[in-house]
Amino acid sequence: MRWVGRPLPRYEDPVLLQGHGRYSADLAQGARFLRFVRSPIARGRILTVNAPPETPMITAAALGDVKPICPRLDRPDCVAVAQPILASERVIYVGEPIAAVISDTAADAEDLAERVTVEINPETPVVTLDQALAPSAPLVHEAAAQNTLIDARFETAGVVVAFTSADQVVEFTFTSGRQAAMPLEARGAVAAFDTASGRVTLSASTQMPHLLRTGIADALGIAESELRVIAPEVGGGFGQKMALIPEYVAAVWAARHFACTVAWIEDRLENLTASFHARDQRLHLRGAFDADGRLLAIDADILCNVGAYSNFPATCGVEPLMALADMPGPYQLTEYRARARAIATNTCPMAPYRGVSRPVITAAMERLMDCAAARLGLDALEIRRRNLTAEFPHTSVTGVVHDPGSYREAMEAAAQVIDIAQFRTRQQTARSEGCWLGLGMSVFAERTGPGTPAFAARRMVMTPGFERVELVIDPSGFLEARIGSSPHGQGLKTTLAQLVADETGIAPRDIRVVAGDTDRTPYGWGTFASRSLVIAGGACKLAGTKLRERLQAVASQVLEAAASDIEINDGRAFVRGTDLSIEVRQLARAAYHQSHRFPAIAETGLSAVATYDPYGTFSNACHIAIVAADGATGQVTIERFVIVEDAGQLINPMIVEGQIHGGVAQGIANALYERVVYDDAGNPLTGSLSDYLVPTMAEIPKLEIQHLVTPTDASVTGAKGVGEGGTIGAPAAVLNAVSDALAPFGVGIFEMPITPQRVLHLLREAERKAQ
Amino acid sequence: MSEKQDVTFTVNGDKRTIRVEPRRSLADALREDCGLTGTHLGCEHGVCGACTVLVDDQPVRSCLMFAVQADGARVRTVEGLAAGGKLHPLQQAFWDHHGLQCGFCTPGFLMLAAGILERDPNIAEPELREALSANLCRCTGYQNILKSVLAAAFEMRR
Ligand code: FES
Ligand code: FES
Repeated sequence: MRWVGRPLPRYEDPVLLQGHGRYSADLAQGARFLRFVRSPIARGRILTVNAPPETPMITAAALGDVKPICPRLDRPDCVAVAQPILASERVIYVGEPIAAVISDTAADAEDLAERVTVEINPETPVVTLDQALAPSAPLVHEAAAQNTLIDARFETAGVVVAFTSADQVVEFTFTSGRQAAMPLEARGAVAAFDTASGRVTLSASTQMPHLLRTGIADALGIAESELRVIAPEVGGGFGQKMALIPEYVAAVWAARHFACTVAWIEDRLENLTASFHARDQRLHLRGAFDADGRLLAIDADILCNVGAYSNFPATCGVEPLMALADMPGPYQLTEYRARARAIATNTCPMAPYRGVSRPVITAAMERLMDCAAARLGLDALEIRRRNLTAEFPHTSVTGVVHDPGSYREAMEAAAQVIDIAQFRTRQQTARSEGCWLGLGMSVFAERTGPGTPAFAARRMVMTPGFERVELVIDPSGFLEARIGSSPHGQGLKTTLAQLVADETGIAPRDIRVVAGDTDRTPYGWGTFASRSLVIAGGACKLAGTKLRERLQAVASQVLEAAASDIEINDGRAFVRGTDLSIEVRQLARAAYHQSHRFPAIAETGLSAVATYDPYGTFSNACHIAIVAADGATGQVTIERFVIVEDAGQLINPMIVEGQIHGGVAQGIANALYERVVYDDAGNPLTGSLSDYLVPTMAEIPKLEIQHLVTPTDASVTGAKGVGEGGTIGAPAAVLNAVSDALAPFGVGIFEMPITPQRVLHLLREAERKAQ
Repeated sequence: MSEKQDVTFTVNGDKRTIRVEPRRSLADALREDCGLTGTHLGCEHGVCGACTVLVDDQPVRSCLMFAVQADGARVRTVEGLAAGGKLHPLQQAFWDHHGLQCGFCTPGFLMLAAGILERDPNIAEPELREALSANLCRCTGYQNILKSVLAAAFEMRR
């Protein structure tokens, strides 16, 4: 019986369905509550912080020598900046923590915080890219001239020649609004001090418990063994929860200082305005094409508004450096020039968010392809056919190696499903009736499961990548898989159990995956970059193979047969070609309680450890959207959305599709709805879910998915990551579709989100120009 | 803060009296005074619906209702859905059809759907879509939530 490939219902679910899941806030019973006093001013000097007498208030002075958060890249083009746990001299964004108060209930703590008065001498902030880059712009950080935290460049020798010899040069500026990851559970943590051991157990809504332990221990100057970090149920993260944050450092400090249990539960206003944002980018893109539509060269100027600080451990390089390295995407390109900058502003800091930069660069590249096709009189499929990579492995111009994929095949398959020819006829008829339909596609390659080589190339001082897994069979024959990675909704406990089951012959129901507890699991990097299934899954497979060999050794002794003749299936070991068999649980008993009989496993017992650190592997997909744009209201409705995805070997197809569904919905949100807005003074205006528009079931259409499976040896399981693809590909398809719909008006879309107001604005502008 | 007040209501069939500040939301009362943390708080301003419970059979955002307003009412939460050790058809359908990922929105969707289907077991898909658009989910893109509720509706009609 093979478990991989089956849509096994998730082991995670029964608890969650009955309301028994424990998220961070559910663990706060009996805790004292922290409430942060945050800056209401985007930029200024703190004059005084006052609280009524007897208010239990924590300020920077109380924290003493607690170290700031200072993520680093080992690159000369990068300026490191330090984020204080609590601001003491200056504030540089609205929402920056200045002090914290503590009280017995959350409501009382909120009341107390309101009585703290902060006097700040306000200064003119820089909010937008243009303000930050203006010649005499105020500096967010003294050390960062021109507010530039990173200024990375890349150039091949023949770029200039390629542009002069080009038949067509397509040029535009593409902007992406600022987005919030908006996990439905905001952040939060409970830090419990144990008087007996002197340790603190921090249960936090995090994607990376081990990194949190390292970061907090470093900030507090304590040994990591003083701290246990648990990720209980985590209500979504999408990247926002993969950073060390001042609030968690303060919570652990307070638990130690007051020798008690301290909770900080973020509210939605804090989450939308003072956690992390993403995607605030502007690209100036030039593409050179020959007369046949072949892409000769790209010249890109990439600007990322990264907010006030850098995030730990990913750093503020995550967006610009990803954009720089992955801009060519699935296309063949030999000449490339790019400059990618991280620009500091007096706004909420930026962190990785599902897709990291690639939703923006994919949208820009796919707009480029459509614009070039229009100029050359080619259709959208044909220009892509001429440029997509078809030979693998493919090394990109920036040195990124793509393992085998199905870039062209996915596109052709998607085109077939949606039947483009039939749509064009329908579109013509609709246009004659004043209905504006459009079809748009995006083709992309998604780098997933990058190991240390990929992050070392980015020169991260903290270089993520490997995952370690420990498998242990207990005397009752149950298997525990302890993983360093830390899932938060991806169903990893089910998929990893499927992988381990196939390797060991122990059924998934007898396998318990333990994650998200630094006391119980090997050090690992957590869940991000579509890495957990690829890397932790790979480690599970490698460890599973070793464990099977150990079980075979025990069975061979007990059943008196050659180890190579032992097969294990569904919890039973068989001697091939005979009716001799024994249950794994009996083998487990024997291995523990008569260990003297099994010298072959004296060293390990029935356990196995493996570490996996791959280069990374590329998933790919084609998305095609059909939209209807309403010329009177500016409203865009998605009629159809087709996805043909290649994620290699699917471990659990049901879960894979769930990942695509959620990713595409977030991509549609990026394209049409969500935008974090600041006013000129740096005040966030989108502090509630009535201002920050997260799409509902009414806005997300039915998603049609097909799978292709290209074998790869870039991942030991053959599986590729699939966590971000939906988010990466959807905006481009939607924007191309809207542009197609509005083509009769001469309107092309080079921005997102393309809200009804923006559609109307562009239509009016086009009308004015036409007159 | 004014004097605490007694609130007596039934929660999942059990009669309970709790003593709360008048400003206490029903959600906080359920979570903290009744220990029922299955009701989640995603926004505390009435948009996300994670806190949806049934009050006298109506889906209600428990973050927008004061506990004192529930005095004398019959409140049902996700913890009361399964009966006799058996999952409610909605819970079973969400499990079968992968209607949840992180699970944070799930109790709210289950209670919303329970309220909708109890009122109109034959609700048509477009109306159901409309009604379920009251709540937010960030993980599933809603595809399998709709599928799950349709499957449960079918099961409950049998
Ligand atoms: S928590 Fe009540 S609606 Fe969001
Ligand atoms: S399952 Fe995560 S918010 Fe719905």
